Amino acid sequence: MWKWLHPYAKAEKSYILSGKLMPWFLALALPTFIVGMVWGLAFAPADYQQGDSFRIIYIHVPAAMMAMGAYSTMAIAAFIGLVWQIRLAEMTVAATAPIGAVYTFIALFTGAAWGKPMWGAWWVWDARLTSELILLFVYLGIIALYNAFSDKVLAGRAASILTLVGVINLPIIHFSVVWWNTLHQGATITKFDKPSMATEMLIPLLIMIVSFAAFLGFMVLYRFRNEILQRESHRPWVIALVKSSSSNDSQGA
Amino acid sequence: MNPRRKKRLLITSSLIVGLSCAVGLTLFALQQNIDLFYTPNEIINGKNETGIKPEIGQRLRVGGMVLNGSVQRDPDSLKVSFDLIDNQAGQITVYFDGILPDLFREGQGIVAQGTLKSSNTIDAFEVLAKHDEEYMPPEVADALKGMDHLKTEQYK
Repeated sequence: MWKWLHPYAKAEKSYILSGKLMPWFLALALPTFIVGMVWGLAFAPADYQQGDSFRIIYIHVPAAMMAMGAYSTMAIAAFIGLVWQIRLAEMTVAATAPIGAVYTFIALFTGAAWGKPMWGAWWVWDARLTSELILLFVYLGIIALYNAFSDKVLAGRAASILTLVGVINLPIIHFSVVWWNTLHQGATITKFDKPSMATEMLIPLLIMIVSFAAFLGFMVLYRFRNEILQRESHRPWVIALVKSSSSNDSQGA
Repeated sequence: MNPRRKKRLLITSSLIVGLSCAVGLTLFALQQNIDLFYTPNEIINGKNETGIKPEIGQRLRVGGMVLNGSVQRDPDSLKVSFDLIDNQAGQITVYFDGILPDLFREGQGIVAQGTLKSSNTIDAFEVLAKHDEEYMPPEVADALKGMDHLKTEQYK
């Protein structure tokens, strides 16, 4: 049943496949970013109570969602890496962490910039904001732990365990606004009810979410390929790859 | 699946399950402390779950809706007072001296931080506006006016 998947446990096959997929992710991310941004910032109607300030949602929400999406990716990869001991899964964890951390930072930063005019405070220690800050620290911890070991097999395993420990935070972030009294409002789109947002505001937001997701995919594949090359630098196929690309360069020059 | 993988699967799964239980129980135990604010009803009648009332002089946050027609501004200073209500019996008067956030107005959900002066008055040093998760253009909001689209159950 899983036979078609087996070749991709080999670094070389994965390297080639991710190289083929990468441009498609970028081709999806860039136009959706431009369309979503212009639509959201210029053409979507202003909000009835927040006016134009609500437009920061077009960065804030996609970034926050992908911060959690990146972490889910890492958690699944870490689980596979630990149980089936597939090195590539651990490389995925290492490749995704910094991107997830940047998304988390963007979400926190735009949230603070949005909170100041609307709520009246840059920062409040409510459950949603605090758990999102913990997510950032977990990301930074994973990155630091991975880089603390010179033996990358050990580093991958340690980072995977920390990733699985941190996964508890994901449901806490999502449900914090339900479980406790928070200043942060409840979910607008990630709920079973219909989204509590007018359609003409919602469509650009969904486009931005697709864009951020595709860009996340692109960046992860990019870093994943680098990770493979670094970890496998002594392998014959990498040496052959480097030789062929450098000889192409010299011919071009 | 070979036995070694099965063992690793078991260890990893029990790690996740065990941690979820530990964190879940911790959060459950801390439930009262993670809440950002009291509701007016909780200040007067005690927390919904435990019945614990805040003491006079205690620093706390209160969250509720600004009662229509209750906002009184001092013409010579920034001093302002208003009443907060929830969807239960509570009503609390808040005194504040400072600049209110843009979203502050009658009928708006707010969170005020301050000290409890008497059983139903609060001296606030910070007032934050709480908005809901609904986003709509002004025309739609006008059309909905009169219908109760502002959610009050979050102040329960």
